[in-house]
Amino acid sequence: MTIGVKVNNLIKTYDTQRAVDDISFEANQGEVLGFLGPNGAGKTTTMKMITGYLPQSNGSVQVCGFDVNEKPMEARRCIGYLPEHNPLYRDMYVREYLHFTAGIHSIPHAARRVEAMVERTGLGSHRFKKISELSKGYRQRVGLAQAMLHDPQVLILDEPTSGLDPNQIVEIRQLIKDLGREKTVILSTHILGEVEAVCDRAIIINKGKLVANAPIEQLKQQFTGQSIVTVEFAEATRDNILKSIKNVRTVHSIGHNRWQLTAPADQDIRAEVFAFSVANKLTLLELHKEVRSVEDVFQQLTK
Amino acid sequence: MLSIFIKEINSFFASLIGYLVVGIFLLTTGVMLWWFPAGSSILAGNYATMDTLFSYAAPLLFLLLIPAVTMSTFAEETQSGTIELLVTRPISDWQIVAGKYFACIVLVLFSLLPTFIYFFSVWQLGEPPGNLDKGGIMGSYIGLFFLAASFVAIGLFASSLTKNQIVSFILAVVLCILFYKTFDAISQLPIFFAKSDDIIQSFGIESHYTSMSRGVIDSRDLIYFLSVIALFLSATVLSLGRRKW
Repeated sequence: MTIGVKVNNLIKTYDTQRAVDDISFEANQGEVLGFLGPNGAGKTTTMKMITGYLPQSNGSVQVCGFDVNEKPMEARRCIGYLPEHNPLYRDMYVREYLHFTAGIHSIPHAARRVEAMVERTGLGSHRFKKISELSKGYRQRVGLAQAMLHDPQVLILDEPTSGLDPNQIVEIRQLIKDLGREKTVILSTHILGEVEAVCDRAIIINKGKLVANAPIEQLKQQFTGQSIVTVEFAEATRDNILKSIKNVRTVHSIGHNRWQLTAPADQDIRAEVFAFSVANKLTLLELHKEVRSVEDVFQQLTK
Repeated sequence: MLSIFIKEINSFFASLIGYLVVGIFLLTTGVMLWWFPAGSSILAGNYATMDTLFSYAAPLLFLLLIPAVTMSTFAEETQSGTIELLVTRPISDWQIVAGKYFACIVLVLFSLLPTFIYFFSVWQLGEPPGNLDKGGIMGSYIGLFFLAASFVAIGLFASSLTKNQIVSFILAVVLCILFYKTFDAISQLPIFFAKSDDIIQSFGIESHYTSMSRGVIDSRDLIYFLSVIALFLSATVLSLGRRKW
C-alpha cells in the first residue's frame, strides 16, 4: 500500500507552548483518516504543517514521498487543501475562480476539468454565480472543487462539513468517502459521528499529543464494544478473584472496595456478579451497568 | 505567475478600482494641464511644455493612487485567509509577488498611455508644430514610469505587512513620500549643506527622477530605480514568508 502522508515526530512550538507535541502517523492511499480532537488540540496546526504553510519546529513531513521542506513544489503538487473556514475570493465568479486555480496548477484541458469538478461537487448552475452570492454549503463545494481540481493524491480537509445543514453534510460526506477509495484523505472534525460515518481510521489529538491512532472498528470495539459494571462490596476482595467471574475482561479498583469490571457489550454480567457475591459471602452494596459510546471514548481520552 | 497576473488585472476592472484610478488620473492631469489657469495650464502659460504633468501633477497623483491600488494586494488576501491557499500552491512566493507586481504596473501603464494625447496636442500647438523638448518629454515618461514602478514595489511591501487595507494605504503613502521627497528635504538641512547633501539627496527618488526628466538616461539613475524596486520586492517576499520565521 502506498503511503500518502508520513508524519514523523512532528513538533510545533509557539514561544514556550507546544501546540503539536511529537506526533507521528501515516496515512495510506485509499483511506480516509479522521483527525479528532477538541478545539485547540492542534489539528489545524498539524494540517498546516502538512501542507507546508507553517514550518515545523522539529520532525518531518512527507507527502507522496516528498519531504515538504526539501521538495516543497513536488509535495505541494500532490496536495489538495481545504483550509479551515474555507477562504475564497468573494469577488470572483465560481468558474473564474476554478479557472484561476487550474491556471496556477497548469492543468491541461482546464475547461473540461473545471466542468467535471463542477458536476462532481454538485455546483451545477451555481457555476455562473459570484462566490459572494453563494450560500455556505455551496461555498464549501467550491472549496472542495478547488482542492480536487488538480487531481491530487492527498487531500487535506480542515473541518469540511462545518456550518452545513444536515442534507448537505450527508452529500459532502458521501463525496469524501468516494474520494477516499483512491486517494489519501485526511479530514479534521470535532463531530464524532462524522468520523464514524466517513473515516476508516481515526487519530485523536489532545493538547498537541496523539492519544489514539486506530481503525474506527477497533476504536469502537476497544471502547464502545464493552459494558462497564461498577460494583461495591462491604468486605474486601481481590481482583484476581473477581476476574474469575464469567465474561469479565478487566478489573480495576476505583476506591475502597469499589471495582470497575468490563465485559463484552452484549453480555450482562450483573447476574454473575450477584451470584459471585453470594457464593463468596460478600455483601453487595452497589451494582450498576453503563455502556460506552464514542463520546465517552473521546471524553476520556481528551480529558 | 501568469494566472495571478490575469486574476489581478481582472479584479482591478471587475471592482471599479481600475476604472477609478485611470479615470481620476486622466481627469486630474487633464484639468491641471489644460484648464486651471493659475500658471500651470499650457494654454495660459503659452509655452509648449508638459512640465506641469511631470514635475508635480503625475508624481503627486501616483503618490495617492498607487497606494490605493496596491493596498488590497496582500492585505485583503491575509484578511480573508486566501493567502494560505495561495502560498501552499505549487508556485514560489516570488511568482506570487511578481504576478501582482506586473498587474499593478500594467494598470499604471493604462493610466500613462492616454497622456500621449497631451503630448500630441502640445506638439501640434507648438510654433512651428513639433517645436518642443522631445528628449526631455521622453526622458520624463521613462522617469515617471520608474517612479511609479518604485511606488508599486513600496505599496506591495506595505500591503504585505498588514491585513488592514487602511493601514496598508497609509503606510504606503508615508513610505512613498519618504522615498520621494524626504531625502531631498533632509539634504537641505544646514548641517549637511555643502558636505554630504548630494549623497543624501541621491537616496531619494526625486533627484533621480529630475535627472531623467532632463532627457538623459543615466545608468546611475536606472540602477537606483531598479535597486529600489528589487529591495522592496525582496522585502515583500521576505514578509510573505514571515510565518516561517
